[in-house]
Amino acid sequence: MFSRTTADQLMDVASSQAIKGRSLWHDAFRRFIRNRAALISLFLLGFVLIFAFFGQYLSSHEPDFVDFSLRRDIKNLGVPSIENGHFFGLEQEGRDLYTRVVQGTRISILVGVIGSLVAVVVGTLYGAFAGYMGGRIDSVMMRIVDILIAIPFMFVIILLLVVFGRSMVMLFVGVGLISWLDMARIARGQTLTIKNKEFVEAAVATGVKPFTVILRHIVPNLAGIVIVYATLLIPQLIITESFISFLGLGIQEPMTSLGALISGGASQLGFGTPWMIGFPLFFFLITLYAFFFVGDGLRDALDPKDR
Amino acid sequence: MKLKNTLKASTAAALVLIGTAVYAESHSATHPVTGEALAAEQMFTYSTIDEIPSIDPGLVEDVEGSAVVRDLFEGLLNQDSDGNPIPGVATGYEVSDDMLTYTFTLRDNAVWSDGSPVTAGDFVYAWQRAANPETASPYSWYIELMSIENAAAVIAGEKPITDLGVTAIDDKTLEVRITQPLPYFPQMVTHGTTFPVPQHVVEEFGNDWITPEHFVGNGAYVLTERVLQERLVREKSETYWDKDNVIMDKVVMLVINDSTQALTRWQAGEIDKTAQGLPPGQYPSLVAEYPTEAIAVPSLCSYYYNMNMRDTAPEWAKDARVRQALSLAIDRDIIVEDVLSAGQFPAYTFTPGATAGFEVPTVEAAGMTQAERNEKAKALLAEAGYGSDNPISLEILYNTSESHKSIAIAVSQMWKQTLGVETTLANMEWQTFLEERGNGNFDVSRAGWCGDYNEASTFLDLMNSSSGYNDAGYNNAEVDALLAEAKTLEDPSANYTKIEEIISVDVPIIPIYHYTENFMLNDAVKGWPFDNVQQNWYSRELYKVAE
Amino acid sequence: MLSFIARRFAVAIPTILVLIVISFILMFAAPGGPFNAERPLPPQVLANIEAKYGLDQPYWKQIVDYVWNVVAHFDFGPSFKYKDRSVNDIIAQGFPVTLTYGFWSFVVAVIVGVTLGVFAAIRHNTWIDYLAVGISIGAQSLPNFVMAPMLVIVFTLWLGWLPGGGWNGGQVQYLVLPVIALSTSYMASIARITRSSMLEVLNSGFIRTARAKGLSDTRIILRHALKPAMLPVLSYLGPAFVLMVTGSVIVDSYFSTGGIGVYFVNAAFNRDYSVMMGITILMGALTILFNLIVDLLYAWIDPKIRY
Repeated sequence: MFSRTTADQLMDVASSQAIKGRSLWHDAFRRFIRNRAALISLFLLGFVLIFAFFGQYLSSHEPDFVDFSLRRDIKNLGVPSIENGHFFGLEQEGRDLYTRVVQGTRISILVGVIGSLVAVVVGTLYGAFAGYMGGRIDSVMMRIVDILIAIPFMFVIILLLVVFGRSMVMLFVGVGLISWLDMARIARGQTLTIKNKEFVEAAVATGVKPFTVILRHIVPNLAGIVIVYATLLIPQLIITESFISFLGLGIQEPMTSLGALISGGASQLGFGTPWMIGFPLFFFLITLYAFFFVGDGLRDALDPKDR
Repeated sequence: MKLKNTLKASTAAALVLIGTAVYAESHSATHPVTGEALAAEQMFTYSTIDEIPSIDPGLVEDVEGSAVVRDLFEGLLNQDSDGNPIPGVATGYEVSDDMLTYTFTLRDNAVWSDGSPVTAGDFVYAWQRAANPETASPYSWYIELMSIENAAAVIAGEKPITDLGVTAIDDKTLEVRITQPLPYFPQMVTHGTTFPVPQHVVEEFGNDWITPEHFVGNGAYVLTERVLQERLVREKSETYWDKDNVIMDKVVMLVINDSTQALTRWQAGEIDKTAQGLPPGQYPSLVAEYPTEAIAVPSLCSYYYNMNMRDTAPEWAKDARVRQALSLAIDRDIIVEDVLSAGQFPAYTFTPGATAGFEVPTVEAAGMTQAERNEKAKALLAEAGYGSDNPISLEILYNTSESHKSIAIAVSQMWKQTLGVETTLANMEWQTFLEERGNGNFDVSRAGWCGDYNEASTFLDLMNSSSGYNDAGYNNAEVDALLAEAKTLEDPSANYTKIEEIISVDVPIIPIYHYTENFMLNDAVKGWPFDNVQQNWYSRELYKVAE
Repeated sequence: MLSFIARRFAVAIPTILVLIVISFILMFAAPGGPFNAERPLPPQVLANIEAKYGLDQPYWKQIVDYVWNVVAHFDFGPSFKYKDRSVNDIIAQGFPVTLTYGFWSFVVAVIVGVTLGVFAAIRHNTWIDYLAVGISIGAQSLPNFVMAPMLVIVFTLWLGWLPGGGWNGGQVQYLVLPVIALSTSYMASIARITRSSMLEVLNSGFIRTARAKGLSDTRIILRHALKPAMLPVLSYLGPAFVLMVTGSVIVDSYFSTGGIGVYFVNAAFNRDYSVMMGITILMGALTILFNLIVDLLYAWIDPKIRY
């Protein structure tokens, strides 16, 4: 019938053996480390993190240093090379791409992770609450989300910049402000159907308070979709960051981010310097893969119906 | 004594020549004058970066819009390929002895594209409309700049528009009264704001008159398609008085926001000419690949950094030696050759050397090698008491753009590598940038200025303490006095040289480079007016040769 | 059901009013104005322009007048930037363009995304799954500002198959590249949400029962699993559809399609208040409308849902 991998079978065996006496989380952990893909991705994520936080020690170059002797002909003098220590070559301004990718990956991972954490926490609770309460409360809460989706976001960013000045904190505020909206919609949609399930109705019938129902019964059942959507948000937020910085809030030169490096590389497409787009894009890609598989492993492990 | 009109006879003669050589089989295979073989399809496609705000002559405000207006409408005078005025709707004009009254004689065969004749009344209507406060044209000040009688009062709504100093003596005679002699007045009526509009159509359709459905013009082309943010198409007019000499049949303007994308599409053969401004740093390889098609011509523009000279500025910025050091440490040759590399000129003075009648003063820095400049910069900074034990850190403010960023990165590294100055970059979106810069919330801010006319004061007036464009907040009484005196002098060039010398010591601004116009132009397209410093081009003078 | 729809329409009006007021406040508060320029206009000229566009009125009056013109005459005012065009003209010209390429992008994204997601789920943890996931992450790691120039270099410059931009009334060859550029990342998101949601449904009790009954795979998936699995996808598709048909600034500016997507950024940069308000209202109205449709579809998928 359904083809299943050994990992799955093992998991089934594992779960049937551990019928009682174990916590959900312990169980989930066991499932997780038994999932090959998730485990590989954990190593991948580890590699990306080590690269992002310690990669600069491998290089003798500074991320903001322009080598004017190489800058006159980046197309030929700036190619990636082990000899001169520019492992990834030079970017279009004549700076070392390797150390900039290290720096950019670090900043973008922070932006992506913090942004999606905000989305997970705020979006899920908001959406679950609206969906569970229903009626007028749901209507008002969701119209607020509609309004926030439609207001001209650029002016919000510009105002944040003018009023508070530029800083990393403001960047996270800017990213956080938009990241949770779609999450709230999705969480609310799922809640609408989950709240009609027997176990929820049973809980309500036994007099459990609404907040407890939401936290105990609704939110855990949202975990699957929330995790998937959170991993989808990470690349979106990394790109959004480059737009926010474009407006002046957030990361400023000579600091950089993956989004800025990718858009810088994209501006040189077709000019014979493929490494400028290639390396940042590669690290963007493996970061996304790592987060995806970790997310997917978590999702599999946490799926309550799979218990 | 009456001054006869000063139009270039030779050009007029050439036009007559072409006129007689008519060109009966509408597309003879060769050019009537040069004899070049013409391409079968005469279509010119070019790109612009931004959509044009308006193509209504009364409202037009930008360079690209003016090019469209010059094709769709014809004013009293046109420009030839060198930029000199030649006959347009007017066959000539006379000037009164006091130089205050111009009388234009209109040609008999000028008609609107709906067949009705172009009359002096159409010009009167157009000029009154441009000045009318109700029209609220962003270019209404141009009518005032022309010094037309009562212009300021009309624009302010203090006098009725009929008081404007322009009158139709009869259908073919237009009288213009101005309030002060302006030697370049004929040149001014080659600008789109002075072009006629068809009163009967404007009044019938209101704002919609300028759409392809209702369009009526008197130029060599008519508007046939306009899709905002996508394309604007104009096709040869069958009613234009000189249509027999118009070779180009169709002109298509495409809006392509991204200069790299425009370049790719030029390479793919989709467009004949790209908008001004090739992707930064790409010009040398383009010249190598397309030696005759990659174009760079000098333009009257300067790129510079403002130093904040206000009281609110940081302490180091108040020391002229620090400002001098910062200026000296910028290697302009690297900026123009390696960063921008499209033939720009390193700038040590604010005014471009190409400016008419401007003798570039021998500012000291210009004559030194970069190594000498760097030595001097270090010495000055040390003298001012700054160095590794007392480092300066500053911020460069610029509006978001690839090339501003590239320059700021290079400059910040030069300062760091030579002087140990720590620089952060601060980019902002355009409107926020204007506000912050105008309010003086910066250490160093990026700026650019293009001359309005070919004279040094168009630049140096910015150094006046009362100038609205003096973003540095520079205030030097001697400069103000020299500028005031220059207005009254027969030959003010000595004053200009003196001002440049003062600036090079005070350093309220750091000149970085003088611009070029750079773009790609298909070899097959001929007739581009490279010698016209304003690059005012007319589609009717373009033609495509067979390849 | 009808009274539910009527109620939602009734709520839509105050929602849009709030949206208008908030957007106006944001625009007025942001630095700059529609007629600020590097070279400021002479005061008298500026005064004439402000009088013509009503910008000399107190803020509250500008908002009231605006709302009145919209309600009474369906007149969204003149564009401040494109002085011979009105906002109605601009939207009437640009919206059909984004609607066309947005609609086709939506169709492509949904068909490809759902197919990929379903296949990945039913062949969970096999190479088909990994391939589908690989494609979707790969698609997501190419932001459209990288996709757009790459597509033009390949299909226009190298192969010469398709025009590098323009619209020309929406002929097919002008449609292909924008649709590819716009649909890929949505496709990837849809695939991943479908996959995860499908996995959850396939693991749930009723599918296990169906399987135990010996129903065929295809039958189970099409008749029983697909419909409930679409619920979280729908939550995502509602806002995604609105975003797609209102276009993308990247697609519009790289492919010069003349759609309204470009105004979301340009109108804000130009402080073209009236155009900004026009597209904000359009965006708000579409968001409200499509969230209503999504809610109705929820009820169709899960008849137990009550609002």
